Amino acid sequence: MSYWEFLAQNAPRYLDGTLVTIAQFFLSAMLAVLLALTAGLMKLSRNAAMRWTAGVYIEIFRGTSLLIQLYWIFFVLPLFGVTLDKFYAGFVAVGLNLGAYGAELVRGGIQSVPKGQWEAAYALSMSPAKRMYRIILPQALLNMLPPWGNLMIELLKATALVSLISVTDLMFEAKQINGSTFLSAQAFGTALIIYYVFARLIVTPFMRWLERVMARKLGRA
Amino acid sequence: MFDWRWDFAFEILPRLLQATLNTLAAAGVGYGIAVVLGLVFALAQRTPSRIVTMVVRECVEFIRSTPLVLQIFFVFFVGPQFGIRLSPWVAGMIAIGLHYSAYLSEVYRGGLDSVPKGQWEACTALNLSTTKTYFRVIIPQALPPSLAGMGNYLVGIFKDTPMLSVIGVAELMQAANAIGGSTYRYLEPYTMVGIIFLAISLPAAGMIKLFEAWVRKKLGMN
Repeated sequence: MSYWEFLAQNAPRYLDGTLVTIAQFFLSAMLAVLLALTAGLMKLSRNAAMRWTAGVYIEIFRGTSLLIQLYWIFFVLPLFGVTLDKFYAGFVAVGLNLGAYGAELVRGGIQSVPKGQWEAAYALSMSPAKRMYRIILPQALLNMLPPWGNLMIELLKATALVSLISVTDLMFEAKQINGSTFLSAQAFGTALIIYYVFARLIVTPFMRWLERVMARKLGRA
Repeated sequence: MFDWRWDFAFEILPRLLQATLNTLAAAGVGYGIAVVLGLVFALAQRTPSRIVTMVVRECVEFIRSTPLVLQIFFVFFVGPQFGIRLSPWVAGMIAIGLHYSAYLSEVYRGGLDSVPKGQWEACTALNLSTTKTYFRVIIPQALPPSLAGMGNYLVGIFKDTPMLSVIGVAELMQAANAIGGSTYRYLEPYTMVGIIFLAISLPAAGMIKLFEAWVRKKLGMN
């Protein structure tokens, strides 16, 4: 069987898998950004309890592996009365894990904003919320966008692990196709290429575009 | 709703600790491969040939932007298709070593780029061979700025070893899965695996920071 025949035969399954992977990617990315912002800001809070809570979250999720967190959420959490469907467990675990890495980026980004900006906002008697939202965060965002680009690639790769709790993503379909055709090089190779194309032609250019837009908005283009 | 059984936890502890040794061995061997292969990738991007640079660059990007777990499957299953049988350990070490070599090559690249141009010119002026230039002058200076990244990826590779369980490498995650599968108790094994990982990766990250500071001090930087 030539590679083209193989592709023609299995294209629908790869497509289904890719769509699930894209859904997992977007949902976990949104969760990760939300958690990263929350935990990153909490880490800089004046309140010790807030700092401590964020610190515990960050250290636990950065200190253990995503796979352990995924299994824990899927197999152990039900024992505590919280049962998540595999699809939800998948993106929740990925989002929690990458959110912890993102929190450190947020913290670093905010700390990299020059002190004069804080003082100027203070001198203009802006409220703390307004100062953060209008002055500090936009500049911090610009500083931290390049590492966020890398993080988004890590996130995309991390979604492949949800196949291990039987979410029917691209990785899962590749395994199934390998099991039914025994053409491992084609089955896994095709999936590798799809991941690569998605990362290289969609995620990375989008993040670059975002960097340019942000730079222009802040008049730094 | 929640019954943590200490007797069960203590019963499985020796088995998990035994598997921890395998996890550490896997991380160590994988890292060893990555350190060497990463240098090859980094140096290959500095040859005069533009085509070699481009091809190697694209390979590094490819490895970096595709999932490790998929690469592990790929290496493990593709061999037998062409008549090469790899044991789970060998396939796992190749996959994880290759994956991290792509990351380390980026770290080295940054380190090599940070060596001032004058050092290269001085080597040319002294008529040193390329090998001597690299191994006696450039790499020793490129190493200290690379140490932080190298340390982070040592912890990173350790945290990625659970993925080796998917092809049956007998490491920590595999042991926890086996215990869970035979006793139907998942709470203790998975929680303990998490704690073991925390107990190793947090001090390791701290120690790497100290080591880095020590090297910088020894070399008279900062």
